[in-house]
Amino acid sequence: MKIAVCVSHVPDTATKIKINSEGKSIDPIGVTFVVNPYDEYAIEEALKTKEKFGGEVFAISVGGEANKETIRKALAMGADNGILLKDNNERDSFAVAKALAEEIKLIGCELVFMGKQSVDYDNSITGQLTAEMLGYSCITTVVDLEIDNQKVIAEREIEGGREVVESELPVVITAQKGLNEPRYASLKGIMAAKKKVIEEKPAFSVENVSEIIKMYSPPAKNPGRILGTDSSAVPELVRLLREEAKVI
Amino acid sequence: MQKFVGVDYFNIESLLSEDEKMIRDSVRDFVSAEIIPIIEKYNRDGQFPHQLIEKMADLGLFGVTLPQEYSCAELNNVAYGLIMQELERGDSGVRSFVSVQSSLVMYPIYAFGSEEQKDYWLPLLAQGRRIGCFGLTEPDFGSNPSGMITKAQKVQDGYTLNGAKMWITNGTIADVAVVWAKLNGVVTGFLVEKGMNGFTAPEMKGKLSLRASVTSELIFDNVFIPEKNLLPKTEGLKNALMCLNQARYGIAWGVVGSMMACYDAALNYAKSRIQFGKPIASFQMTQEKLVLMLTEITKSQLLNLQLGRMKDNGTLKHYHVSLAKRNNCDKASEIAILAREILGANGILDEYPVMRHLANLESVKTYEGTHEMHTLIIGEDITGISAFE
Repeated sequence: MKIAVCVSHVPDTATKIKINSEGKSIDPIGVTFVVNPYDEYAIEEALKTKEKFGGEVFAISVGGEANKETIRKALAMGADNGILLKDNNERDSFAVAKALAEEIKLIGCELVFMGKQSVDYDNSITGQLTAEMLGYSCITTVVDLEIDNQKVIAEREIEGGREVVESELPVVITAQKGLNEPRYASLKGIMAAKKKVIEEKPAFSVENVSEIIKMYSPPAKNPGRILGTDSSAVPELVRLLREEAKVI
Repeated sequence: MQKFVGVDYFNIESLLSEDEKMIRDSVRDFVSAEIIPIIEKYNRDGQFPHQLIEKMADLGLFGVTLPQEYSCAELNNVAYGLIMQELERGDSGVRSFVSVQSSLVMYPIYAFGSEEQKDYWLPLLAQGRRIGCFGLTEPDFGSNPSGMITKAQKVQDGYTLNGAKMWITNGTIADVAVVWAKLNGVVTGFLVEKGMNGFTAPEMKGKLSLRASVTSELIFDNVFIPEKNLLPKTEGLKNALMCLNQARYGIAWGVVGSMMACYDAALNYAKSRIQFGKPIASFQMTQEKLVLMLTEITKSQLLNLQLGRMKDNGTLKHYHVSLAKRNNCDKASEIAILAREILGANGILDEYPVMRHLANLESVKTYEGTHEMHTLIIGEDITGISAFE
């Protein structure tokens, strides 16, 4: 089975983000980039599926040269092939999905994994768009997965509970935390990844359908206030919550 | 807790290769997720966390510089050093476990063993399916190993071993011990296996340092060692010292991990602890302590990197290793004490890693050559006069 895992190269959530002066993008200087955490579950599931049924795992990323670092990590964890769909310009989710879909069609992967969202823009839509463009089924926010021949049974996390759905290959699965425990890239895996060549090609050319017009940081939080330390402060607290914060 | 991102004031990162960085980051993530959350409990209980053995083997942490044909990763020495650094950020005891398995057991089998010994032991040790220990030090012979009493005598089909070793990391849990004994007056290496008649390895109790590591005595009472268990390429004490040199190299790197853990804890604490209405980080004396810590970390990092590059290009001498081991252990202790001071009374609690590192470093400073012995090794090199022989 040919399995695709789509990986995104995103700023580490622990990094402080600064916005460029033109107010439409972030300043990448001094920012540590990592594999999108949800994509790590996707990589692990792709590897587990390969280990069970055999096949090949293709790690695919859309973006600039720096994305190779993330592809390399997927290779070190055990992916067989790495592909960089190169584009140094910002792409929206639609344009990313289009590039992925074209490549997946070309390779002929019938099973596609990716994180349920990337933690940079949080659009949570690339998986669904890619599936639609490919004409594949799509199961999102998956926390448990079983594949039996052509049949796919997935458990999804939904508000307040779980649901179990059934579908058929080919399918796009978007991974939620809890799907598995991603493995560490072993030292041997890292050394082996060094020998694997990352295939590089221009990403399928397509226009963005949305445009970032403004980006800004949330307003700084006001410092807290201590109204008192015993029950005598309660009436004032209730008044402020009602009149000032307007939350009750 | 905030994710640990390392301490790198001089962009030393830029001097590392892509794979050296990836290896370090993989081990760093492993330490953050698997060691740091559990280590205080094991340290408190005086237990080694056995469940880590399989996980560390899966990651490939044993014998990392040895060839791939023995199921090892065949990394360079800088990568090995970075692994030791990350492990010791977790705990010196866990790092000691890996040091011993790699530098004091797998290395001598690789360097002085027969083809059969290498083919049998190295993959098992790399996969963590067998544990090893190293027996050189004796109760009355620490800094002066040439005086050792443990003796081997040639008998039919093998040797009889008599004597005792002390301060042996992993001794009680080891499946195989690399033991040094005098055979006709020449220090020779033997592989002593668990269960051999007359061989016992009781654990030493009452340690207030390296509590998450097993330390043992090895007792040999007329132990019969078959001929095939002699390390054929050993021809004197220098072979044992070659092993120690490997281990000391790892320690020089390892203690930088302790330094970073203590500095990180002290810096975070200083920024959040409020006294007199402001964070204690705003006081000049606290800032001076933090600056001293950062300065010594940076110097040790640069020292280690050059030490590693020299080891990789074959220009490293034992006295270079002595200088780095001596300096870095000493500075790590100093940093741990300063960190404890910044944390005030909280510094003595095991809610913070500082007191554990402080106590561990007392051992690390002492084993694999005391601070004093390394001073005399360097002194001998620069003056041409030995102060101890």
